[in-house]
Amino acid sequence: MTRLAASDLTLAYDDHEVAAHLDLEIPDGEVTVIIGPNACGKSTLLRALSRLLRPKSGSVLLDGGDIHRLPTKEVARRLGLLPQSPIAPEGILVGDLVARGRTPHQRLFQQWSRADEAAVLDALAATGTEDLVDRAVDELSGGQRQRVWIAMALAQETDLLLLDEPTTFLDIAHQIEVLELVTKLNRESGRTIVLVLHDLNLACRYSHHLVAMRDGRIVANGTPHEVITAERMHDVFGLDCIVIDDPVAGTPLVVPMGSAAAVAPASTGSLV
Amino acid sequence: MSVTAVGGTTRVVRAGVLSMRVDVRSVVVCVALSSATLVVATWSIMVGDFPLSVRQVLSAVFGDGGDDAEFIVQTLRLPRALTAILVGAALGMSGAVFQSIARNPLGSPDIVGFQQGAAFGSVLVIVTWGGSSLAVAGGAVVGGVVTALLVYVLAWKRGLSSSRLVLVGIGIGFTATAGVDYLITRADIYDVQRAAVWLTGSLNGRSWDHVRTVGIALAVLAPLVIVGQRALDRLELGDDTAAALGIRVDRAKLGLIVLAVGLAALAVAAAGPIAFIAFVAGPIARRLVGSPGACVVPAAFVGAFVLTVADLAARRVLAPTELPVGIMTAVIGAPYLLWLLTRRARTGAL
Repeated sequence: MTRLAASDLTLAYDDHEVAAHLDLEIPDGEVTVIIGPNACGKSTLLRALSRLLRPKSGSVLLDGGDIHRLPTKEVARRLGLLPQSPIAPEGILVGDLVARGRTPHQRLFQQWSRADEAAVLDALAATGTEDLVDRAVDELSGGQRQRVWIAMALAQETDLLLLDEPTTFLDIAHQIEVLELVTKLNRESGRTIVLVLHDLNLACRYSHHLVAMRDGRIVANGTPHEVITAERMHDVFGLDCIVIDDPVAGTPLVVPMGSAAAVAPASTGSLV
Repeated sequence: MSVTAVGGTTRVVRAGVLSMRVDVRSVVVCVALSSATLVVATWSIMVGDFPLSVRQVLSAVFGDGGDDAEFIVQTLRLPRALTAILVGAALGMSGAVFQSIARNPLGSPDIVGFQQGAAFGSVLVIVTWGGSSLAVAGGAVVGGVVTALLVYVLAWKRGLSSSRLVLVGIGIGFTATAGVDYLITRADIYDVQRAAVWLTGSLNGRSWDHVRTVGIALAVLAPLVIVGQRALDRLELGDDTAAALGIRVDRAKLGLIVLAVGLAALAVAAAGPIAFIAFVAGPIARRLVGSPGACVVPAAFVGAFVLTVADLAARRVLAPTELPVGIMTAVIGAPYLLWLLTRRARTGAL
């Protein structure tokens, strides 16, 4: 069994059931990406995996034990999470924000050990945000801000790191920047990383392992090549497409059909 | 022991395995504010129908200033000045906690009805039992806690939305005020007089009883709030982020709310529902300290300073007539409230 796993997990908000009877093992030391249409329960699953949502039944197992029976501070030393829209307090400096990642390692009279200092410096270096330390988080660009939040989660020094849609609201260049960073963190320190992503092609390129969800169920679970087929894209997203090999990475590349395909040759012709 | 700089004005003091983060600028702000408060408080003890010199005040405080001066200082003016300082500190700290939890400057206990609820509790005790000052304090705490629970239950919808909290709180505040009016019409005239003076938020005729009420409240609750500030700072990153960092979000919030309601309610028990101190102290403290975070300690010092100044002004602007201090704090707070509302109306946030 892997370090983080879900067993017969049923999730609900109040009485509204979002996902039922999920079984999942997150492969250790790999990047796992959860994909699926809007409201399929992927963010809910991530919240449950990070003990933010108490399951209605079933359990999330961290190192073999029920995550809700472990002290939350102990969980925070093993598993980090970056929620979808964290709030940066007005005027907070990058250095202060990243330092807050050390919370689970601190005590009332141990507020800033040398280990805390070293972890924050490492996190800043890993995310390339050293030069931003004295800047206010409000003044940063979207991409810089996302790197700073990731630095905060890194400063927590957990082997497991969960990121909920870390590329939302970023332009394509910044999306790539964030995902390259994720890959680097996985390769250089062997961290297990779980992401929720919307862009299928980026999900294929940057994951070892894909989990496809629809209507609160896990539809497919495996390598990008195993999971991404034209037929399955139709089942999961209701999308007509062809799947080719990404010319750069060799990973699956989803090309939607749509009606534009039919008119493209004509319009090209008229332009020439 | 060693001291190292870690960005901004924060320094780290280490001794063995212990280490503390200390913000130099907060310390300077607190020292400056407390000195200023002491100066104003001394001045406020000097002036009045029977003026005293600095030397007379100081010797009377330490008990050898001659009978008249000693009576005036020890029985009349010193308890009043101390009540102002302690009530201001309690309201300032309470306001900073609530504003931080609500993530909204309008979340302070004087705006969202907790102080009105505490006032209702006190007036109920005065009118029904005519109680001692201890019973009145008890009434204020119960009134404040019940109001807070009511506001949070009504504003809770899968988490705490700050605009719902503010709107529900203002509604409950009006209800509590209406309740107070109703009690007043039912009460006998002696109780009404006692309640009315107290309701305007007044520091007139404060005795050592009042100093004791709010002094004990601060001594017990303030250290717990200071311990809770760590959780409060993390909660400002959002509930999910705080939980991911290992904070027990619901427990931390509940604990902080109970502490802050306690501070506000006991301040109300001692000096009536003085408006706008809790409301302005937090934002002023943040501005002075120049760092994010709830600044609960600087807010307490700001509250003490502002209320001491307001009390001196209330006594002196129309001398020999003394105004209730609540009128002076409204003069400071109301324009700030209007400014905040227009600014927020423009950005679309309540």
